[in-house]
Amino acid sequence: MSDRLSGNEAVAYALKQINPDVMGAFPITPSTEIPEYFAQAVADGEVNTEYVTVESEHSSMSVCIAAQAAGARAVCATSSAGLALMYELLYVAASCRLPITLACVNRALTGPININNDHSDSMGARDSGWIQIYAENNQEAYDNFLMAMPIGETPSVRLPVMTCMDGFITSHAVENIELLDTDVVRRFIGEYNPENYLLKKENPLAVGPYDVSPYYMEHKVLEAEAMKAAKARILEVAAEFERISGRRYGLFEEYRMEDAELALVLIGSTAGTAKAAVDKLREEGVKAGLVKIRVFRPFPGEEVARALAGTKAVAVMDKSEGFSANGGPLFAETRSALYDLKNRPYLIDIVYGLGGRDVKTEDIEKVFGRLANIAATGEIGPVYTHMGQRSKEENA
Amino acid sequence: MIHAKDINERTPWQDLTPGGEIYEPGTARLFNTGTWRTNTPVFHEAACKHCMLCVPFCPDMAIPVQDGKRLDFDYMHCKGCGICENVCPFQAITMVSGGAPNE
Repeated sequence: MSDRLSGNEAVAYALKQINPDVMGAFPITPSTEIPEYFAQAVADGEVNTEYVTVESEHSSMSVCIAAQAAGARAVCATSSAGLALMYELLYVAASCRLPITLACVNRALTGPININNDHSDSMGARDSGWIQIYAENNQEAYDNFLMAMPIGETPSVRLPVMTCMDGFITSHAVENIELLDTDVVRRFIGEYNPENYLLKKENPLAVGPYDVSPYYMEHKVLEAEAMKAAKARILEVAAEFERISGRRYGLFEEYRMEDAELALVLIGSTAGTAKAAVDKLREEGVKAGLVKIRVFRPFPGEEVARALAGTKAVAVMDKSEGFSANGGPLFAETRSALYDLKNRPYLIDIVYGLGGRDVKTEDIEKVFGRLANIAATGEIGPVYTHMGQRSKEENA
Repeated sequence: MIHAKDINERTPWQDLTPGGEIYEPGTARLFNTGTWRTNTPVFHEAACKHCMLCVPFCPDMAIPVQDGKRLDFDYMHCKGCGICENVCPFQAITMVSGGAPNE
């Protein structure tokens, strides 16, 4: 069924189709519309979700943890400072191996206070043990949310899943979208049947007990193995999803990469802009390409390295700062992934788009111009720079 | 399903439960916290009137009771806090230095 929905509407619609058992609901811009639209479905009796209104995101994630541990399917949505307030609980959810689903509508973190898009919120949570799947547009926001539960709930994975979309750019822009029939969605998601849960009367369960040092490390290794196992499961679920939707997803999308010499690696809605720039440059004879990271956790390091193996120069574009003084988080992952290649491309990092700073096709073309220059001269110049800020220096 | 009694500090990570879940109740019974003790209560049975005051005061349920009489300490779970010595009206409990009950 074709429709026109914003990203938030698309996720709220997916929620309505899934009919989860519990939602821990707390509003924060720009994710507010997700619990808002879904509250309407609850009020209209379209779903039988226990809709728990709480006093903070710390509590909304706590509700999800308790509900999921009890044996329910729990969901929530948040952004920015809301995700930051959940920080402690994100680790609890992941380490208790509770496959909660969270829609993260990416927004800059304070401060200075800002409500617009970048990835600093979810990137701050990148090491919390959550699977992270990023959307380029509304369609992907909808599709990724539908795939989250079959991935996270798999016994070999059992990890919470964060599906991310760009605040306002994706969450509030209305686009054409293909929706699946609700019965198809429900068959795809299936029932949540964990082996053990708090309400199972046959055997009482303790969740999240204190771990002394002779055990903690073993449990962390188990968690790390689950994250590794998630990669294969994500691809399996994508294949199943393709059968019901006709839409194909991988760990990342390679756009015109087959013979690309200059390439970008980036995440989210900027991919649309970058694809337009790549098309234009291709018409001009430039062998430009794009790797759009869809799954950031687990990070598809080997696969990304293979995709970039034939390139001459690559720019990683980070939509969050990271303050490592050594480049953003996507750069750190990508550069690490390329280390094992025999012939590595030149690699630079460009931090851009912070706090809703716009990026245009001309900006992307400039990045490719820089890459062309690096490839031609072998002079890499500054490896880690920012783009789009006002500066006294040229070519900032 | 793995039971707590089958898990110990030599169990490899592959055999532990996800998230450290425990699939049965009352597993603290298996956990030897007596090794945490730096002072140890000694029970003087002759002085004891079995008033049972020490029993509910013990934070670790380390004073077993049978047929209306308190028995000697459960040294596997006694952490040596000394509350029992404090509440005993009959000096039937004295604390000695060290973790072993027979010093």
